[in-house]
Amino acid sequence: MMSPTQWDLPPELCCRPMAFVALTGLDVVYNAVHRAIWDAFCANRRADRVPISFKVLPGDHEYPKCRTKRTSYEWYIPKGILKTGWMNKHLNLVPALVVLFYELDWDDAQWKEKQSECATKVEIVRTSLQGRNTKVAVVLIQKKTPLPPGEDVVASERAAALCNACDLSGKSLFVLPHTDHLVGYIIRLENAFYEHAQTYYYTEIRRVKSHKEFLNKTTHQLLFVRHQFKIGFFSELKQDTQNALKYYRTAYGLVHELRVHETNMLEIKTMAGFINYKICRLCFQHNTPLDAIAQFRKHIDLCKKKIGSAELAFEHTAWMSKQFQSFGDLFDEAIKLGLTAIQTQNPGFYYQQAAYYAQERKQQAGQLCSHEPSVAYPAPDPLETTAGALDFYGQRSWRQGHQSIDPPDAEKEKLGILALQMKEKDIPHSELIIALLSNAVAQFKKYKCPRMKSHLMVQMGEEYYHAKDYTKALKLLDYVMCDYRTERWWTLLTSILCTALKCSYLMGLIKDYITYAMELVGRASTLRTEQKSRIEKNLIKVLMNEVPEPEPDCDPASVKAAQALWNDRVSLAGNNDFTVDMQEYVPFVQCKAKFLSPSFHVDDPVQLHVYLKADCPHSLRFSKLCVSLSNQEYNQYCLVEEPCKSKDILEPSTQENMCLVPGKTRKYCFKFVAKTEDVGKKIEITGVHLMLGSESGRCVYLNWRGGGGDAGSSQEAVQASRSFKRRGRAPEQHVDWDMVTIQASTMVISRVPRISVQLRHEPPALNNEMYCMALTIQSQEDTVARDVKLTAGLKPGQDANLTQTTHVTLNGSEVCDDSHPALLTDLPIGDLQPGEKIEKLLYVRSVSTGSRIFLFHVAYTMSTTVEGKEITCKCHKDETVTIETVIPFEVTTRFVSKKFENLDRVFVDIPFLLMTDILSASPWPLHLDTSRLDLAPTMAAIDQLQSQLEEEVLQTGECASECFCLKCPPVANGSSTVASGQYIISWKRKSTFAATPMINTVVTLPHVIVETIPLYVHADLPSFGRVRESLPVRYRIENRTALVQDVEMSVEPSDAFMFSGLKQVRMRILPGAEQEMLYNFYPLMAGYQSLPLLSVTLLRFPNVPPQLLQRFLPSRIFVKPQGRAGDASIAAA
Amino acid sequence: MAVCIAVIAKENYPLYIRSVPSQNELKFHYTVHTSLDVVEEKISAVGKAMADQRELYLGLLYPTEDYKVYGYVTNSKVKFVIVVDSSNTSLRDNEIRSMFRKLHNSFTDVMCNPFYNPGDPIQSKAFDGMVSGMMVQVS
Repeated sequence: MMSPTQWDLPPELCCRPMAFVALTGLDVVYNAVHRAIWDAFCANRRADRVPISFKVLPGDHEYPKCRTKRTSYEWYIPKGILKTGWMNKHLNLVPALVVLFYELDWDDAQWKEKQSECATKVEIVRTSLQGRNTKVAVVLIQKKTPLPPGEDVVASERAAALCNACDLSGKSLFVLPHTDHLVGYIIRLENAFYEHAQTYYYTEIRRVKSHKEFLNKTTHQLLFVRHQFKIGFFSELKQDTQNALKYYRTAYGLVHELRVHETNMLEIKTMAGFINYKICRLCFQHNTPLDAIAQFRKHIDLCKKKIGSAELAFEHTAWMSKQFQSFGDLFDEAIKLGLTAIQTQNPGFYYQQAAYYAQERKQQAGQLCSHEPSVAYPAPDPLETTAGALDFYGQRSWRQGHQSIDPPDAEKEKLGILALQMKEKDIPHSELIIALLSNAVAQFKKYKCPRMKSHLMVQMGEEYYHAKDYTKALKLLDYVMCDYRTERWWTLLTSILCTALKCSYLMGLIKDYITYAMELVGRASTLRTEQKSRIEKNLIKVLMNEVPEPEPDCDPASVKAAQALWNDRVSLAGNNDFTVDMQEYVPFVQCKAKFLSPSFHVDDPVQLHVYLKADCPHSLRFSKLCVSLSNQEYNQYCLVEEPCKSKDILEPSTQENMCLVPGKTRKYCFKFVAKTEDVGKKIEITGVHLMLGSESGRCVYLNWRGGGGDAGSSQEAVQASRSFKRRGRAPEQHVDWDMVTIQASTMVISRVPRISVQLRHEPPALNNEMYCMALTIQSQEDTVARDVKLTAGLKPGQDANLTQTTHVTLNGSEVCDDSHPALLTDLPIGDLQPGEKIEKLLYVRSVSTGSRIFLFHVAYTMSTTVEGKEITCKCHKDETVTIETVIPFEVTTRFVSKKFENLDRVFVDIPFLLMTDILSASPWPLHLDTSRLDLAPTMAAIDQLQSQLEEEVLQTGECASECFCLKCPPVANGSSTVASGQYIISWKRKSTFAATPMINTVVTLPHVIVETIPLYVHADLPSFGRVRESLPVRYRIENRTALVQDVEMSVEPSDAFMFSGLKQVRMRILPGAEQEMLYNFYPLMAGYQSLPLLSVTLLRFPNVPPQLLQRFLPSRIFVKPQGRAGDASIAAA
Repeated sequence: MAVCIAVIAKENYPLYIRSVPSQNELKFHYTVHTSLDVVEEKISAVGKAMADQRELYLGLLYPTEDYKVYGYVTNSKVKFVIVVDSSNTSLRDNEIRSMFRKLHNSFTDVMCNPFYNPGDPIQSKAFDGMVSGMMVQVS
């Protein structure tokens, strides 16, 4: 911590004034009770307790003497505005109230004696306070808890007596029982004290105000200010801050009304500063920060130009600096108490301005205080005073109290100024500036001003540089440098780099020196060419292990030390390798590396170009260029070294190859053969390294990570890409730097296969069939393709269901099942001679429809020569094909009666027909081998079941039908649903392409409802009739129940027939028996004719409708016309 | 009249800075650079949705003891900064606005030049002349 200086505000000004109350009669060292009382006063003074500053004083303490009151101001000429001791006097020396503590109980045995002792003590205090308005109060410390007021007659009597004896008013006598509730009593006591103190300060204010009428404007101007200030200060002590502010404002106005001349300028400014401080402080306290800021601005505007003596100009700037600093402190303190500041109005600005004035001060001090060494400090010291301090604030020690325009003694004045100047010389200016700047940095950091913060840090760095603390300077500068670099403010970066270069030179830091120098001669630097040239020459010297020339404008003593340091460094062997990462800088050599292609086949050499360009004023030699790659085995091929004179690496050039010419782009080409293990891998440039200097002396590796580029190049690339210039075509030989793009990685990919893979097949595939694909592999290589392997089948990565429903096999002789995989991998095929051809058949069975992608992957190895190197490479060729799978045919089945009527149910033991239709949906012809009916036990065939479509061929859209006559055996409940069985079709695609096995497709037949009927009618009649020829018809009615049935029968007439037989009859049929009915029909018309309708009604089963039975009977018959002679031939047809 | 006029690219690097030759050029560079803190804050304070209706003129960025710094941001986020002397009280807000408008017009002309690559430093004579007209004339 720095010791307080002349410019620091006095602590009594900066503190919050509180009423001063002195406590006497307490022995806090030896008396435990007194100690407890004192502690209760001191401890826990939180904001809710009254603002009093307590002090324990001995009973006979001498208070400052009160001077005799002036009766008239007529001849009084004030010597200054405010005495230096005044504020302290009222804060700490002159109490508002003196409290006398005295141990005395109301029933004390020696009451009389004690009472008079107490009165004596009060008298001693009173005497000491002669002439002051300070109040006196007495507190009786009692052992007993007092009775409620009015009950203790003795107490009130004795209290009155005591007051009388001590000449106290009743309000000034207190009782303090030291029982359990000490703190509570103390708080009540101090509230009472506070009231007394307020009264005291009120009378003081009145007293000061009363002086006013005696003052006149000409001689007592200083007193106007003094009195207003005092009233303000007393108001503060009284905690009346509103009025305090008012009085301070008046005082501030008055201080600027004072006549100003060189001799009193400092005093006026000092007081103005004090009052301004008080006003700003109170404004912040009243939460009116804008008022505070406005007051401060006004204050600065009024005082800015009041410089005073030119020889002591640094005093003014020191004072200005302090003004800003203390306002910043006030502002900051207010923020800590809850005020919100903003980006454009925060304490940082005030600290920054304070720092600015401190810098000014330093500069002025430098100009004004650079005395010859022969000039001695004046003796006797004009700054010494007899009292050891000034009487009035802001006055000169050698002419205190002097208030006229001219100094009383010109010689003394001169010596005084000289003494001040010599004192100023010893001030640690840089320290002050840096402290202020760092305060400002902390603030701007808080209020989101990164650039302001950087700027201040630069200033700090520069100040450290001036203070010769180069380490700290460099640390700060280095820290902010990158901000300016990334924001591309080259002017500012250059300025910072120049300072940094000086620091590194003065400290003999070789690596830093090289780094900064490289950036300063580079393209980002805004230095003039001759400056760059000078720095580059120095850089070359350093690279040659020589001592560089000193930087200009450095402190001569430091330069001397630095030169010695450099000489040491030069003679020191070893530790002379440096590596500098270029990504973080904008150095003087630019680098871009590119692979010529984003991928290379393994049988082509990988080609890599490195472009270098120097931006410095002089050409530059380097001793090595190397590229490091992700696979380090290739590094040996990407190297340029002095001894290496290989023509194919270096571009032909008139210049020496290891020399970079300013502004010229230089290209270096490298070529190498990739390893076969690296097929499918990436080769990356991990770095480009350029070596400057020599390994024997001092060498510096410039490292570019990846394919080159530095802190400036990405933006340049963007600009170049936007530029209209890129459309222009550069001459063949000349490489335009901006056109070169970095390509830092390449892929090594496998050799292009020279093999043909062809596929023959007949899409679409049919569901469930063994689909055949013929694969032809032919080698087009010039040498043997060895180890040929085939992977074929469903391409991985499709819908998972497809894997379950696709089966692949090479065996076409039998139908494959679920055990076969979807993809056959790595089927060995053997070696293929050049031109040899091989064919493979692959069978695919798709169990579901939809489209599938099939993959055919042929891999092999072969040997070849690249750049004279024999390599074995793996090649592979992929073919994919998408195949749709469709349904081959659709099968429909239905049940019909023998009359080919559709049946929704069938009847027990009554024959019916099963019809099947196979409709071809295949685009290819289908070969149907055979079909088969597997009946369920609940069905029986009427006759031999023989396939009706053996060896049939179905074209697209054709249909093959079959018909089977079946019947159902009786069922249990008279009616039930039964299974019918399965229909099995054996088929394959009819194709000449390849032999494939037959496929059995099973169709499950539908279930059918079977019912039992009670009565059945058999009709026996010829297949046709002839007009006017008798047609005999026999109906047999069968009772299928176990009951005797009453049956009513009738035959309804028909227009087409006459008939004979029973027209209507009722009869009875025994269980299981048949009744025969005979009729003779006589057709009248030719053609299909409706037969007379037989209607049977079961009397016992009224719910069996006659129509049910009619279904079994033929309803029509074909009637032939009457025949002529050749009738027999017609009958035969 | 201005003591320093600057055009700053969208990426916050300077496209053009001119200051009165009588004073420390570096100081103005720092002043303009630090003023970008306030510009950035003011731009970001305006919500994204409101960006279209934002006024280009940002007003007084921050006062220093000696200078007043004013800012202006075009829709393409190019910033203009004008620094005037604090003692120059005759300059009103309106005049500053019209200076910015002139600057913007002239800048638009520069951008319209097909040979000008946006993002490059401005080296137009016409622009230079216009800026000179707005600068404090040093006799």
